[in-house]
Amino acid sequence: MAEILLKADGLTRHFGGLAANQDVSLSLERGVLHALLGPNGAGKSTCINMLSGDLPPTAGRIHYCSKDITRLSAYQRSRIGIGRSYQRTNIFTQFSALENCRLAAQSRHPRPWRIFTDALSLTDTLERARAALVEAGLGARASVIAGTLSHGEQRQLEIAMVLATDAQVLLLDEPLAGMGSNESAQMVELLNELKKTRAILLVEHDMDAVFAVADRVTVLVNGQVLESGSPEQIRNSAEVQEAYLGVEEAVHV
Amino acid sequence: MNSRVSTFFKLAVLLGLAGFPFFGSVFYTEVLAKILILAIFAMSLDLLVGFTGLVSFGHAAYFGIAAYMAVLLAPQSEAASLWIILPLAVLCAGIAAFVIGIFVLRTKGIYFIMVTLAFSQMAYFIFHDTKLGGGSDGIYLDYRPDATIAGFTPFDFNQTSHLYFFVLAALVAVYVFLTLLLRSPFGRVLVGIRSNEHRMLSLGYATFRYKLAAFTIAGALAGLAGFLYAVLFGFVTPEYLSWHKSGDVLLMVILGGMGNLAGAVAGAFVLTGLQEVFADWTKHWQLLMGGVIVLAVLFMPGGLAALPGRIVARLRKGENNG
Repeated sequence: MAEILLKADGLTRHFGGLAANQDVSLSLERGVLHALLGPNGAGKSTCINMLSGDLPPTAGRIHYCSKDITRLSAYQRSRIGIGRSYQRTNIFTQFSALENCRLAAQSRHPRPWRIFTDALSLTDTLERARAALVEAGLGARASVIAGTLSHGEQRQLEIAMVLATDAQVLLLDEPLAGMGSNESAQMVELLNELKKTRAILLVEHDMDAVFAVADRVTVLVNGQVLESGSPEQIRNSAEVQEAYLGVEEAVHV
Repeated sequence: MNSRVSTFFKLAVLLGLAGFPFFGSVFYTEVLAKILILAIFAMSLDLLVGFTGLVSFGHAAYFGIAAYMAVLLAPQSEAASLWIILPLAVLCAGIAAFVIGIFVLRTKGIYFIMVTLAFSQMAYFIFHDTKLGGGSDGIYLDYRPDATIAGFTPFDFNQTSHLYFFVLAALVAVYVFLTLLLRSPFGRVLVGIRSNEHRMLSLGYATFRYKLAAFTIAGALAGLAGFLYAVLFGFVTPEYLSWHKSGDVLLMVILGGMGNLAGAVAGAFVLTGLQEVFADWTKHWQLLMGGVIVLAVLFMPGGLAALPGRIVARLRKGENNG
């Protein structure tokens, strides 16, 4: 049995009378990419926000390596090894790509008291940042100002920053959003590489990409888990076809 | 601007300032000392406004608190020791900033501006309306602090030039301190918070603690300025804590170019200089001042600090055309 890193039990979140998430349970294991699917408004972002600590759940528990972390805030969860990327690119646009990752890496060893030390002379942090850039495929773009990177590169930078924090659990909110087919293919390759040593939750709309990388798929509809299983099982499920894939088809036609 | 040219320019200005008392009159040495103190004050605010993204509209509170401490903590009939009263006054301002920071840093944006103003008004009325502060007339400082240490007196604050050099040294020390602070891991986090605080949180930074530390340091440095101001003028009034004072220093930072320490110093020079010149011309000087500030904000984005770069760019463009 693989090592379970993050486990959510019965996560529920109400916004007023609306149940954005109702009794959602899922677990993330090292070496496994778990995809979270669902039509717009199904509650995927709410779910990822609860796992990352951006949003407190109304009910339910979250465990990380069998420790209860339900009450931990976003920065505390980051510190224990849960990293997330955002659906809308959320980077430091005025800083270089390297400084974006350097800040991420510095959070693992902040040394705030060393106020007379040049941050750039702390080589352990700098090396971690460089390694993360290389791993995310941005090695050659280190000195470019993040705001001037292409859209696809900014999405890569999002992931590089999470890697620089040495996160063991990656919560990736639509990393492929707005990407061209070439960039998408690269990202899929990257995800396949990353999942070997980490646990990944992937929220994604791009079906082809999901089925190319996912080991497990959970389908969310109206805030509830409709079905969870292997990609094959999900692809062949009549319920999923009807509730989600069917709707998508209908929209496209 | 080329960083070597910029360093050379700063050293030249420093040399000019250091030489001034040998040529200038006592009156103008005092005026310059006042401007240098306000420059320290402006740099301390720039740490919050320009580098951490915290627009404090109550920064005069810490300036004023330390100024009052320079008087209230001094003995009645003799001079206090500089080496005791200076750290004490700065400490008081730092503690006040720490305590107030715990409350105000829970708010953001316009609310932050409002609560910093509210707290500074509370501090103002404590000194204005109680016996502690001598009311609206303020209190005189009868004896300037004594710099004697172990029987040796390195300088005498009763001589304007000595006081001036001490102020200049404090300015340089604060500039160097903040420059080092800003390139340290701590300073990098502050700039990250200004850029995108939400992302800093999700990267694992306890941003509240960093902001509180910055607020405390800025308050203590404003206190250093306030202490020197009280010593220079020999009296304190509640006006030192008033919102006009908070607004003036904010204008210096904006005029100088937020997020640039040398800019804050330049802002202090230009704003105070214009005030002196306009007040000489007309009693409606505030009208002129307002006009200048409106024009500066409209036509000088980035403030004085961005000016050299823009001039160079303009010259280059001219060369290319010609």
